[in-house]
Amino acid sequence: MSTRNPQLNRNGELTHLLTLEGLPPAIITHILDTAEPFVSIAEREVKKVPLLRGKAMFNLFFENSTRTRTTFEIAAKRLSADVINLNIGASSTAKGETLLDTVDNLCAMNADLFVVRHSQSGAPHLIASHLTTTGREHVHVVNVGDGRHAHPTQGLLDLYTIRHYKQDFRALTVAVVGDILHSRVARSLIQGLTTMGVPEVRVVGPRTLLPTAVESLGVRVMNDMREGLRGVDVVVMLRLQNERMKGALLPSAGEYFKHYGLTSEKLALAKPDAIVMHPGPMNRGVEIDSPVADGARSVILPQVTFGIAVRMAVLSIVSAA
Amino acid sequence: MTPDALPDAEAALRALVERMRGAVAYDAALVGIYSGGAWIAERLAAELPGEHKVGYIDVAYYRDDYEISGLKSNVRRTSLSFDVSGATIVLVDDVLFTGRSVRAAINELFDFGRPERIELAVLVDRGGRELPIEATYCGVRLAVARELSVVVSRDPGGTLSLAVEPASGAA
Repeated sequence: MSTRNPQLNRNGELTHLLTLEGLPPAIITHILDTAEPFVSIAEREVKKVPLLRGKAMFNLFFENSTRTRTTFEIAAKRLSADVINLNIGASSTAKGETLLDTVDNLCAMNADLFVVRHSQSGAPHLIASHLTTTGREHVHVVNVGDGRHAHPTQGLLDLYTIRHYKQDFRALTVAVVGDILHSRVARSLIQGLTTMGVPEVRVVGPRTLLPTAVESLGVRVMNDMREGLRGVDVVVMLRLQNERMKGALLPSAGEYFKHYGLTSEKLALAKPDAIVMHPGPMNRGVEIDSPVADGARSVILPQVTFGIAVRMAVLSIVSAA
Repeated sequence: MTPDALPDAEAALRALVERMRGAVAYDAALVGIYSGGAWIAERLAAELPGEHKVGYIDVAYYRDDYEISGLKSNVRRTSLSFDVSGATIVLVDDVLFTGRSVRAAINELFDFGRPERIELAVLVDRGGRELPIEATYCGVRLAVARELSVVVSRDPGGTLSLAVEPASGAA
């Protein structure tokens, strides 16, 4: 087993995107720079460029997500790739086929790219190393959420959005608020922020929703939201993941909103030009109040637009490796 | 070719302006291919009579060598501030070699609309075509060995110059 980063090929190029952990800052910057001109393709009469013409991208979603699957589909189509969506729940896996057998079968159909979401942490990594050990280096894997582990393209689009509005990462204080425990979005974002040199990343939430060793990610842990928002440049609200909650970690959604819901009154503690982000889908009245979500400092919808450009960048970079 | 045998880029630009004057439509849009072509399109717009809108095109997404060379890192935004449909467009490039960049640029233009006419203006035609593409207007012709590349640069004052260097990659 080699010790090199499994996301990089022999020439140090990004060939799979599995996690932001351990990714060199130069590669993250390259992805963000590559995304920038892709934003304007949506404004053309023909919203498409021929970069990935003839490539077949398979959306392998072992866990549901309409939004992420759709944004990858749009990104791939704007690059002229062919997109095949597999409804895994209703297909071979349900009949007992293993993950790697599914991958082998799709490779026999000449897949070029796999976009993978799985409830098990490490599933995309397993596929990537299987492709390497079976000599299929021309096939690429993009992780779009594995268990509680990582969601690197969401982390990258958050970084893109922050850089778009705030330019210099090295002068920022960022607060990530809410259900950190269940959030692969938070984990990827925190890794990205620290890699890009953000001097202060705060995680804010109730003790029951913070992982035990969260400080090891290089963040400041704060349980009081008002304290946590004081003087920040960026507020990232996380969705309260009801469907992931096992057992009573919280008294009620109403109680949660009272302490950790973002209201105009709490946002007033942040810097006057602070931006508000949310990875979606939002629970209005649970983690965020409507006047904030729809307010002047919300950049939640630009995040979605930038997300397509960032995914185009990732697809076009790994495909060329 | 030795450096002192190279023609002067500013003289080539003056020759190009003279060939275009009176021949190019008074309202033709000048679309420069990044980066050298963009500089030349701006100079032509300033020096030619008529009303010439300037546009910029980066052909990175339309190149035919993506599989070989990947995507370059500093892609610029293509920006065409006029309606391509029905427009007379002069594509402008610094050096015409294989013709592949021009092919890519023509394809890209058609994704913005259906132009009335497309012409091609180049500062230097160095020969070596791999596609049936020729310049409508040309500043100077050079015979240069295939393994060398002809590079146009611009100093901070805006003056253009020509150099011949060992090729670093794709033409």
